This record gives sequence, C-alpha cells and structure tokens, in this order.
Amino acid sequence: MTGRGLGPTAGALRHVVLMAGAVIMLSPFVWMVLSSFKPQSEILTAELTFLPQRWAAIENYATVWTRVPMGRFLLNGAIVTASIFALQVLVNLPCAYALAKLRFRGRRALFAVVLLGLLIPIHATAIPIYILFHHAGILNTYAALILPFAISVFGIFMLRQFFMTVPDDLIDAARIDGVSEIGIVWRVMLPTAMPAVTAFGIFSVVAHWNDYFWPLIAIGTRELYTPPLGVAFFRLNDGGTEYGVLMAAATIVIMPLVAAFLLAQRRFIEGVTFTGLKG
Amino acid sequence: MVIRGLVKNFGDTRVLNGVDLDIGAGEFITVLGPSGCGKTTLMRIIAGLERQDAGSVEIDGRPVDALRPNERDIAMVFQSYALYPHLTVFDNIALPLRMRRLSWRQRLPGMRRIDRSAQAIERGIAAKVREVAGLLQIEPLLARKPAQLSGGQKQRVAVGRAMVREPRVFLMDEPLSNLDAELRVHMRAEIAQLHRRIGVTFIYVTHDQAEAMTMSDRVVVMMGGRPLQFAPPGDVYADPEDLQVARFVGSPRINTLPGTVHAGGSIEVGGLAVPFDTGLAPGAQVTVSLRPADTKIALQTPDTAGADRAGRELAATIVHRENLGSDLFLHCRVEGIDATLVAREDPGKVGLLPVGAEIRIGLPVEHLLAFDASGRRVRPGGRMTSLAQPAAA
Ligand SMILES: Nc1ncnc2c1ncn2[C@@H]1O[C@H](COP(=O)(O)OP(=O)(O)OP(=O)(O)O)[C@@H](O)[C@H]1O
Ligand SMILES: [Mg+2]
Repeated sequence: MTGRGLGPTAGALRHVVLMAGAVIMLSPFVWMVLSSFKPQSEILTAELTFLPQRWAAIENYATVWTRVPMGRFLLNGAIVTASIFALQVLVNLPCAYALAKLRFRGRRALFAVVLLGLLIPIHATAIPIYILFHHAGILNTYAALILPFAISVFGIFMLRQFFMTVPDDLIDAARIDGVSEIGIVWRVMLPTAMPAVTAFGIFSVVAHWNDYFWPLIAIGTRELYTPPLGVAFFRLNDGGTEYGVLMAAATIVIMPLVAAFLLAQRRFIEGVTFTGLKG
Repeated sequence: MVIRGLVKNFGDTRVLNGVDLDIGAGEFITVLGPSGCGKTTLMRIIAGLERQDAGSVEIDGRPVDALRPNERDIAMVFQSYALYPHLTVFDNIALPLRMRRLSWRQRLPGMRRIDRSAQAIERGIAAKVREVAGLLQIEPLLARKPAQLSGGQKQRVAVGRAMVREPRVFLMDEPLSNLDAELRVHMRAEIAQLHRRIGVTFIYVTHDQAEAMTMSDRVVVMMGGRPLQFAPPGDVYADPEDLQVARFVGSPRINTLPGTVHAGGSIEVGGLAVPFDTGLAPGAQVTVSLRPADTKIALQTPDTAGADRAGRELAATIVHRENLGSDLFLHCRVEGIDATLVAREDPGKVGLLPVGAEIRIGLPVEHLLAFDASGRRVRPGGRMTSLAQPAAA
C-alpha cells in the first residue's frame, strides 16, 4: 500500500503522476494570479508569457478597490457565511443527535426524509423560496441570503453518521451525571464531534462564500452584494471585459478562503478522512 | 433496595423474566451469570436508563421508577469506563458536581470568572475532586486527558467520577473485564476495600466467578433473565439450588451423572445403589452431581478389586490428565454409563496415575447433590428446597 516495496523507478513514477495531477489542479489558480499582474494588452496577445513583461499589479488591484466597494462585499460575505454556519450548527447538532441516539416513533421515516432532502438541489426550490421571501418582504436583506441555508440536510446527515460512532455508554454516563439531553448535545457530542463539525464547516463556508446563484436571485442592491457578485461586476461592463482587473478581483475573493484553509488545514484533512468523504 | 417482579422485553424476546431482589443497605452484591442473561439490562433499569415493562425498583423505601437517572442518587461505572474524552481527569470527576451544584447560568463558559458565588462553589468542587483523587491515588493524573491513561488508571477515574457525589447505590457493570489478569486481581482488592471504606450499597455485575466469590457479601446467579439463587458466595458453591447454578459456579465444572430413584430411599447411579432419600416417586430421573474436589479416586489393585467394594464404587479409566502444578485434574471415563468425571488430586500422585489406569471412584453421600428432572435441587430426607416448593407459603 505504501509503495515502499516498489523499486525506485516505480517510486519515481508515482511522484511524477502526483506532480502532474498537482500541476493540472493548480495551473488555473496560478494563471489567475499571474494574469492579475498583467496589463490587458499582454493578456490578449497571441504568445504565452509566464511572468508579466510590464507589471500592472498595482493598477489592476487599485481598480478593483476603487471601482466597487470590495471591502463591503468581503464583509457581506463574511457575515453571511458565518451566520449560515452558526445557524446550521445550532440546528444540525440537535437534529443529528436525535436521529442518531434517541429512540422515538418515526425516527427511520424522518431520517429517510433527510436522505431525500439530499437529492433536492437548491435550483429546484429557488423559485418557491423567492416567492415566499417576496411575500414575507425580506428579499434584498441579509435574512434572504442566510435563511434558505439555515438547515443543511447534508450537515445533518454527515453529523448523524459521525454521532452513530459515539458510544452509547458515554451518553448514558452523562445522563447519570445529571446532564440534560440538550446539555449532552453541547457538552458531550459537540466536543467529541469537533473533527466532523470542522469538516462540515469548511464545506459550508466554501460553498456559501462562492455561491453565485442564490445571491444573484435574492439581492438587488449593491450594498448587499457578496464577493462572487462583486467579481461578476467586472465581467462585460461597458468597455468589454478587463481581464486583468477581473482576475485581480477573483484573486482577492479567494484569498480569505486560502488563508482560512491553510490555518485549518490539519483539522480539515482529519475531518475529511474521518468521515470518509472526498471533496 | 427492593426490586419486585421486573420484566423487560426487547421486541419479542423476554430479557428479564421476573427479577425479585431484596438488597440490604451497605451490602456488596454481585450479579453473576453467563453472557446475554440480562445483567446489563438489569443494571440499566436500576439506573433509570431503560424503562421496565413491569415491576418496580425501590430505594430506601421510595419507588424510583418515575425518576430520571440523575434523580435516583445512583452512580454507575461502565464496562467501557465512558470517560469524556475531551475533558481532563479533573474535569471528568468534577462534572457530576458541577451539574449538581452550579446553576445553568453559572455553568456558561466564562461565568466562573465573573460570578463570585460560582467561584466559591467551584473551590468546594475542586477540594472534593482532590479528596477523591487522593483516595484513589490518581492525583498526579488530574491534568491528563483519558487518552493518556492506562486501562487501570481509566478504571480508577471512572470510579472517582462515580463516587464523587456520594451516591446511595453504586452500580458497576463488569468494570474489570478490560484489564489484564494481574491488574484485575489487584483492582478486585481495591474495590472491596473501597466498599468497606465508603460503606454504601454496591451492585457489581460480572461473569467472572472469581470476582463474585472473592468480593461479595451475597451473589445473585442469573440465568435466562431470572435470578436462580441469591445467597452468600460459599452457599452458591456448596449448596446450589439449581443444577444450572451448580454447573456455572466452580471450575472445573461440577461432575454430573444420570440417576434413577429407587424405592426405599436410594438412587441408582451407574449400577450402584446410593443411599439417598429424595422423596421422589420411584423411577424418577435425577441428576447426581459431585464437585471435582470431592471426587476421590483409588487405583484398582488386586486387593481393591474385591467383590465387597464393587457395590460401592464406580469402575473407571483415566482418559486425560491436566497437571496445573497446584492441582492435578484427572478426567475419568466411567464404565457402563456415558459420562466423564473430573477428579482433583494431589499433584504428588502424578506418577501413580497414568493415562489409561484403571481406577475406582467413590460417591460420598455427604457431598452428593441431587437435582430433579427440571434441574431443581432435591435434598436427602425427601425435603424439597424452598425454591422448588410450588407456592407453599
Ligand atoms: N437494546 C436492545 N435491543 C434488543 N435486544 C437487546 C438490547 N439490549 C440487550 N438486548 C438483548 O438482551 C439480552 C441481555 O442483554 P444484556 O446486555 O443484559 O446481557 P448481559 O448479561 O449484560 O451480557 P454480557 O455478559 O455479555 O454483558 C441479550 O440477548 C441481548 O441481545
Ligand atoms: Mg453486559
């Protein structure tokens, strides 16, 4: 399995294959970052150059910050993704605990409904939710961006699978020690499920930070734009697309995610291998 | 503590089938039984983790059936220890006290830094935790997490967490089964000492008879969801009420021989007429049994082969020998009936008793136990045991 028994050629080959994979995965990002340093003329030339001949980084990034309130967009993104994740944890943990560890009538049916929920994409429910929010008068607010995702069936499912592996004795011990059922969720299940919660958190934050579809529908005013809408602003405006600026905006938007990922890397990988999910 | 008529079904299977126990305050009771007989289920019902289908549990004369586990004043040590993996040893032991003594607002993160009364309570808790840790000699471990402890240390922490709030009843479900043999013997002594020191009622579940015999005031032998006998350890061994109890307790297993009741107060076993007045009707089938330690054998030599001894002893052949150093166990095939008896002998005689040797086995009436066809004990003199008497009282 480890390949230690293979000869040196096979070992080298393995590295070549892995490197090739890494290059393929990384090259669009690298290209995006490099393009954000180049002036429009250089991006549109026929020959490929790796490094910019004339650095236009300062212009491009400055244009992004002056043309749109990018800081505001990033703040919106942070508020929305953080609220979504907080609400999801608040709802998912008790739900997953009940589905995994409590015995009640209809538990299996309820879990089947959760599984069914996994199959329904947001695009199917977008229009009804839009109409609902319209009548509730909350379109064009943070609430419109957050509420549709407050309950994550994927999160319930993932945490429930993790909770199934927590020994019953631990929960019974807590009951004898005088911890209430809600207390068990927060004092016993949450700390033991931390790797799973972290992994889910990263899935959730990445998905909603990058979400373009729902904010595009729900938001009309620029003050509430999330980062992807901010990036899209640079596409196809009056003078055609300014690719250097567009790439600079995209780079700015993904930077917080990259930073967060690097910080949380170890936990994330733990969590993913723990739940057996592949990104 | 009084337990009356407990019944528990899981679906269609009856796991507990009428359990009645009267347990005195401060007693050390062991529940002994084979795997799957319902010991854990009984513990869980006493603790309030599982609801019974019928029957009741009373503690100090008060029924506790409607109470939640934490209101019953019971502590439980689990087979898996069930320590909170994310908390240090100190916090593990402190948790039951924090849940009891602090209000929910005082338990919120950070509140203990602001709230003065919470700080005072917290100091009391810390003192109590240290006292318990001192008693169990785990003070140096207080800052560690459970993952950094050995099995025996975890076991002690689990006991500490259970005793810190001074419960009225201590439940222990096979607390030693995850430990190695040496540590098991050591912890056995420690738990017995702990019981003597704190003096509350202990109910201890095990399927290890050595634990049951050495630690307890009384043993409940459970089989198939029913207590078959509830008696001091010595009685369970020497005076079993039921053939299943006799078979379960004692190692090697008790010897059993089929017998038939004869008129005139005797049982016929393998052609011998043993004087034993069962009071059963002639022709009734009984099982006669004898502990290996009471089974005495003698080599069949020309002078013992005489006709006068033939009527009182069984002829047999040694088919297998086990020399444990302290004991020598001889497996003997009895001629004429399909039975193998095990006899315990002094290992010094190993040279005299080779495999294949022809021997004689006596059946000393004072050590014989007889059981009727349903497995209940019949005593000489025709008296049935109290258990066997159908609703006499
Ligand atoms: N939650 C449950 N649902 C269905 N059956 C159960 C449940 N818990 C226990 N049983 C069954 O009840 C019987 C008794 O179980 P119990 O755990 O009380 O046995 P035990 O005497 O503690 O055994 P062991 O010595 O192996 O721990 C077993 O046959 C078991 O399969
Ligand atoms: Mg058990």
